[in-house]
Amino acid sequence: MIAGGLLVICLAASIGVSQKVDWERGDVTLQDVLYIPSPNTVKHLSLGYNGLLADIYWTRAVQYFGSKHHEHSLNYKLLAPLLDITTTLDPHLITAYEFGSIFLSQKPPEGAGDPHAAVRLVGRGIRENPKDWRLWYHLGFIYWQELHDPKTASECFLRGSEVPGALPWMKVMAAALAQNAGEAETARYLWTNILNSTTDKDIRANAEKRLIALRADEEVTILQEYVDRFQKAKGHAPESWMEMIQAGMLRRIPIDPVGYPYQLVNGRVQVARPDLLPFITKGLPAGKQSTVMPKIS
Amino acid sequence: MIGRLWAIAYSTFREAVRDRVLYNLIVFALLIVGAALLVGQISIGIERLVLVNLGLTSISLFGIVIAIFIGIGLVSKEIEKRTLYTVLAARPVRRWEFIIGKFLGLVGTLAVNAFFMSIGFFAALLYLTHRFQRADANLLVAIYFILLQFVLITSLALFFSTFSSPLLSAVFAFSLFVIGTFADDMRGFAKLTEGGTKWVMTGISYLVPNFSSLNVISQVAHSVPVPGHLVLLNTLYVLVYAVAVNCAAVLVFEKRNLK
Amino acid sequence: MPAIETFALAKYYNIGFWRKRRKDALKSLTLTVEEGEVFGYLGPNGAGKTTTLRLLMGLVYPTAGSARILGKALDDPAMKAQIGFLPEQPYFYDHLTPKELLTYYARLSGVPGKDRARKVDAALARVGMSESAGIQMRKFSKGMLQRVGIAQAIVHDPKLIFLDEPMSGLDPVGRREVRDLIQNLHEEGKTIFFSTHILSDAETVCDRVAVLNKGELRGIGVVADLVSEVSGQVEFVWTGAAATAEIAALGGKTHVASETFRTVLAQEATDRAIDAIRGAGGKLISVTPVRATLEDYFLSKLETVERDAQNMQEVTR
Repeated sequence: MIAGGLLVICLAASIGVSQKVDWERGDVTLQDVLYIPSPNTVKHLSLGYNGLLADIYWTRAVQYFGSKHHEHSLNYKLLAPLLDITTTLDPHLITAYEFGSIFLSQKPPEGAGDPHAAVRLVGRGIRENPKDWRLWYHLGFIYWQELHDPKTASECFLRGSEVPGALPWMKVMAAALAQNAGEAETARYLWTNILNSTTDKDIRANAEKRLIALRADEEVTILQEYVDRFQKAKGHAPESWMEMIQAGMLRRIPIDPVGYPYQLVNGRVQVARPDLLPFITKGLPAGKQSTVMPKIS
Repeated sequence: MIGRLWAIAYSTFREAVRDRVLYNLIVFALLIVGAALLVGQISIGIERLVLVNLGLTSISLFGIVIAIFIGIGLVSKEIEKRTLYTVLAARPVRRWEFIIGKFLGLVGTLAVNAFFMSIGFFAALLYLTHRFQRADANLLVAIYFILLQFVLITSLALFFSTFSSPLLSAVFAFSLFVIGTFADDMRGFAKLTEGGTKWVMTGISYLVPNFSSLNVISQVAHSVPVPGHLVLLNTLYVLVYAVAVNCAAVLVFEKRNLK
Repeated sequence: MPAIETFALAKYYNIGFWRKRRKDALKSLTLTVEEGEVFGYLGPNGAGKTTTLRLLMGLVYPTAGSARILGKALDDPAMKAQIGFLPEQPYFYDHLTPKELLTYYARLSGVPGKDRARKVDAALARVGMSESAGIQMRKFSKGMLQRVGIAQAIVHDPKLIFLDEPMSGLDPVGRREVRDLIQNLHEEGKTIFFSTHILSDAETVCDRVAVLNKGELRGIGVVADLVSEVSGQVEFVWTGAAATAEIAALGGKTHVASETFRTVLAQEATDRAIDAIRGAGGKLISVTPVRATLEDYFLSKLETVERDAQNMQEVTR
């Protein structure tokens, strides 16, 4: 009887104490402690069951990124090692390379901000999977968007287009980059094709955000033109969209792609919620940095 | 002879079943059902990959653990419990028939176990993918290779059982399994060494049971087929190696005084 | 053809931490057992009886000498099919029922499929285990296991049966049944070799016996002859005078009880003893011949060893 009661009490207490321990440990969570120095060590520890272990590490990598991203963290330093271990265990896990190419290279908080690590990862992916044409466009993306090297990017798309089974848009991208065609159009083209070519939900979500940002950039540019024209005509900047509507320059209040009206601040067009439009390069409120580095044209 | 071998093998199988070894199937069933239901929420796009990896790894691991657990006691338990006196003393059972019969019994048990697991696994796969693809035939090859693994590990566990206590046998058998998964790494390493070390390392790396070449799970999960000649060669290797180890077991057992 | 022949069969073990000390479990045993005999193999615990049986069964290998059973070598499978063995304290796969065990064993012994069920049931009936034939043996008492042990030794109808302590673990009724069973088997023409330290059992059942002590054969022969070796004695009980000195002169020790005196003397000394007691003033209560038993023979054989050993010590001192 005593034993029974003691059992229940102690079990409950152990749960409580355990929670307190977690709370005290705070940021030092299991995720950070998981880091094992050498992918080869992990491979040896897998006793030949590397496929399953790779899947487990892949799941951890996705969860790691997801939870940190949810907290708007700027620090993703374990992402590269986790993906390294994953792809060492299973070099044919294409989705890991895809994921890494985007989320290693993009700037925080949208990624780890380490495009060179991304290049290394995708490079291994291509070596181990020469028949996979999709990895080439991921490589091309990194060189173009994050390393601002359209020439190498164009070569990547070209090489990729030569792999049997590659879709025709690869050649189009290669050409567009080689000719320095319109940035926005090319980018929209790239992201639309990525959206259609991948099944990974994180990559799709990312591509959609990119496309929305491109749309917002476009709209901000056009709106700014109208605002400037108003300025020239009336000699002062418009105070609100209503003024411009009354002046016959606009028909209705412009809404951005995430559903908030654009703002007019001292003659500058801005977005109301830049946190909801992570990849825009225009319309950012004063003092805010773009996550996409402006190119040096 | 065949009659006696079959009788001993069947008796070994029956003992394992009555020792409730097949209960592991329940754990496996829970695992695979859970995986089939949850995998979609964790890793979209690679559900089949994860299910195949998990399913085949489980079939392999469960089987190897059972092989070691039962194998280490096959002979030592009979000696300790003195049950083998009446089997060997006044019956026309030769000592080697006893060993081989036990071997066949355990391999049979593992095969039956793997069979039931495979059914569960394929059912889960069907649930997930709604239709079998041609590539799924490779899964059968992977399962066959897992059975070959069982043959290897059983012969080793049985061999240790003829002269060593269960605890030590378990340690030896498991160690050989672990080292065996490194076999190709060891060979690569041996190539880099020189002189005496090279001879020793090369020798060891070839004597060690080659479990690394029998693990095709990752390959098959990516729908990469296993070439026919590899199937043949690995079968031959396992056959030859297992026969050698069983001969060693017979030799040890025949020399033993059964006090 | 003799059923069992041994030629200087011996077994020693190296014991001790460094395995340097030698322990002789059996020293040079040479004996013959004829077909159709019931042969008793007697000796105290540790005498080497079980070692002998293990050697004959091929479970351990001799360090010297050899043996033949039914004229064949000890590892001959054809011979093994014709013998049965009940080990001391038998253990069986306890997840099996007696019926399953016997069916398995019958199969191993080569009993053809069509006869198997019949022979199994017959063997179980013979040892009185028919009712428990379907119960797993993990639930069995020692006596029940012993019966199953006997059953498995006879299920395949062997010509020669080896029993190591067949009565152990059985109550008096059970022992009687085993004795009867051995008699029946004997009447069927089978040869029985059984070892025991319960001499009364051996006395009633055996044709010949051998006595083993400390690994050596001390005596062997027909029971009746051996018993008569230990000559008849007579017990005297009287009251009154102790007459110790007179009795001692005849070679006897006087035991004193509360009111009586008692001694045992050789048969030839009967008349002199009566005179001595009467002469000392004692009153005789009874004069009873003591029937010699196998035990006397047995103990005398053991005493011989002790005495020999002592003599040797004295001589060499």
